[in-house]
Amino acid sequence: MKVGVCIKSTPDTDTRIKIQGAGEGIDPAGIKWIISPYDSFALEQGAQTREKLGGECVLFSVGGGDTQKNLRDGLAVGADRAVQIDDPALKGADSLVTARVLAAAIKAEGIEIVFTGRQAIDLDNVQVPAMVAELLDWPHVSMVSEFALEGDTWTAVRNVGGGAREKVTGKLPVLVTTDRGLNTPRFAKLPDIMKAKTKKVDVKTASALGLSADDISPAVQLSGFGTPAERSKGKFISGDVATQAKELVRLLREEAKVL
Amino acid sequence: MSGILVLAEHEGGKFKKTAYELLGKAKELAGSLGTSVAAVVLGDAPVAELGGFGASKVYHVAGDFSGYNTLKVVRGLQAAIDAAKPDVVLAPASYTGKDAIPRLVARLGTGQGSECTELRVDGGAVVGRRPVYAGKALVDVRISKKPAVFTVRPNSFNQPTPAGGSAEVVAVSAAFGASDDRVQLVQRMEAESTVADLTEAERIVSGGRSLKSAEQFDAVVRPLAAALGATPGASRAAVDAGYAHHNEQVGQTGKTVNPQLYIALGISGAIQHLAGSRTSKVIFAINKDAEAPIFEHATYGVVADLFEIAPLLTEEFKAALKN
Ligand SMILES: Cc1cc2nc3c(=O)[nH]c(=O)nc-3n(C[C@H](O)[C@H](O)[C@H](O)COP(=O)(O)OP(=O)(O)OC[C@H]3O[C@@H](n4cnc5c(N)ncnc54)[C@H](O)[C@@H]3O)c2cc1C
Ligand SMILES: Nc1ncnc2c1ncn2[C@@H]1O[C@H](COP(=O)(O)O)[C@@H](O)[C@H]1O
Repeated sequence: MKVGVCIKSTPDTDTRIKIQGAGEGIDPAGIKWIISPYDSFALEQGAQTREKLGGECVLFSVGGGDTQKNLRDGLAVGADRAVQIDDPALKGADSLVTARVLAAAIKAEGIEIVFTGRQAIDLDNVQVPAMVAELLDWPHVSMVSEFALEGDTWTAVRNVGGGAREKVTGKLPVLVTTDRGLNTPRFAKLPDIMKAKTKKVDVKTASALGLSADDISPAVQLSGFGTPAERSKGKFISGDVATQAKELVRLLREEAKVL
Repeated sequence: MSGILVLAEHEGGKFKKTAYELLGKAKELAGSLGTSVAAVVLGDAPVAELGGFGASKVYHVAGDFSGYNTLKVVRGLQAAIDAAKPDVVLAPASYTGKDAIPRLVARLGTGQGSECTELRVDGGAVVGRRPVYAGKALVDVRISKKPAVFTVRPNSFNQPTPAGGSAEVVAVSAAFGASDDRVQLVQRMEAESTVADLTEAERIVSGGRSLKSAEQFDAVVRPLAAALGATPGASRAAVDAGYAHHNEQVGQTGKTVNPQLYIALGISGAIQHLAGSRTSKVIFAINKDAEAPIFEHATYGVVADLFEIAPLLTEEFKAALKN
């Protein structure tokens, strides 16, 4: 089985975000870049699939900076090698451009199943995976919390909102986006971290994957980065608990008008 | 046509709240653009009603959409877009909005702004504004290709009141093929609770690690939520400790919520928790530590032992909501 896993480097969850200049972007200084948390479930699922069925697990990531370091961390979890697409021409890439790049790389490797995170926690776009699947002309299943593969038939449970879940099935190839609950990501052990250093990371450009200038021209422009308005200072409610409870209900009803 | 096309989602024979929210906003945007609003409806629903909310046309895609099938949804929406040729498409950031819309966008070769909380007209085009980096920043999203697609976070816009007006219903048939049946539904497992999903809930009561056990979570958080008709939520610490289900986690790696009222019981207010809840209109926090960071974001705060005050609140809410 040739398994693919897409991971993205995103700012650590407790990073302070500072706006650059007059709102052109965010200031990269001091940001620690981690593997987007949902992608850890995809990594774990990819590693388990490869362990069970043999073959190869290949990681894919589009990005520069700490991307390669994060790919090494991913390799320590059990993948065999990685493909990094690092290209200055991709600066300003939107989700569809990123998806075109990933789809081209996945196709070139002859991958049969792909796991991705349900969303990257930087922009919370929830776009790239479904786009990759469309470009590959594969079906996709989103927000999966249970997954099984028997021969070329897979079964998945997806969280469809409203607390409802659906069990769905189909044949390979398929792209699966992973949700919490799917598995418990392992911590890499020291020998695996050492071994990951010797695994191969191919660095490619978009044009090496056969993408044209048109393919990598984005339709989405981001501007006017700003910080949210501070919430006005709140009120402490005093008194004993019985008074506090009564007063709160009054405030919610008469002042905040939310009851 | 070249106006705004709204995906009006429905369930159990009724349109979802987001359908009205989006139509109301679309009408306002279309007013400043000098264009019109249409809706797209997949499958059986009371389509005529949408005229009263500003849709001049309803593109009604026939077919069985009762079991959710991504590929059929995309095919249906594609057919409606072929017929309507809109400049702008608005859809809710629901499961469909997250699962099918990006696939549609790839098929159309255009661009998408996700989870917008504001939409405005600027320079003759619709621009979306949305939280990014877990709500620590906001950004404008412009899309240079057509149709420009935006998904909108539920509860971002007011519910319009219906006015007179009727919509022309345009029947659209989609070219479904065998390839649209590549994913088959085996079984649907309905939600155990009858309350709204966290992402759509207007009231949420969340509990943290301080609840100390699943039993106490059930005995304290859930009754308080029930008294308010609210959806229960939890911090990651509470989920990791097994007090609540992982579907109930609010935060950066849980659900992003946007309620009118968010009650946090014994939650410290870590940045990752606030990431999912900071756009709540009113936040009420109970914590025994007056220095807890949650109080910096709370509209109202009470320094108290939650085990003492929560049962009293449950009774107060029950009484208050009875009349
Ligand atoms: C990558 C990453 C992702 C994360 N994602 C999320 C996420 O999505 N959601 C999330 O919630 N967290 C997330 N976290 C975890 C987050 O950092 C915090 O650890 C977590 O939110 C703490 O939960 P808590 O407030 O319940 O617990 P604690 O921080 O332990 O706080 C408990 C609070 O309860 C108060 N308390 C205790 N007893 C009582 C009592 N009897 N009455 C009143 N108050 C009492 C205490 O004063 C304290 O403030 C993430 C962390 C990381 C690293
Ligand atoms: N630049 C990227 N490189 C590799 N994978 C990505 C990239 N961007 C997004 N993905 C994958 O797509 C998922 C969803 O991302 P997004 O659509 O940006 O929310 C992520 O969790 C990754 O698995």
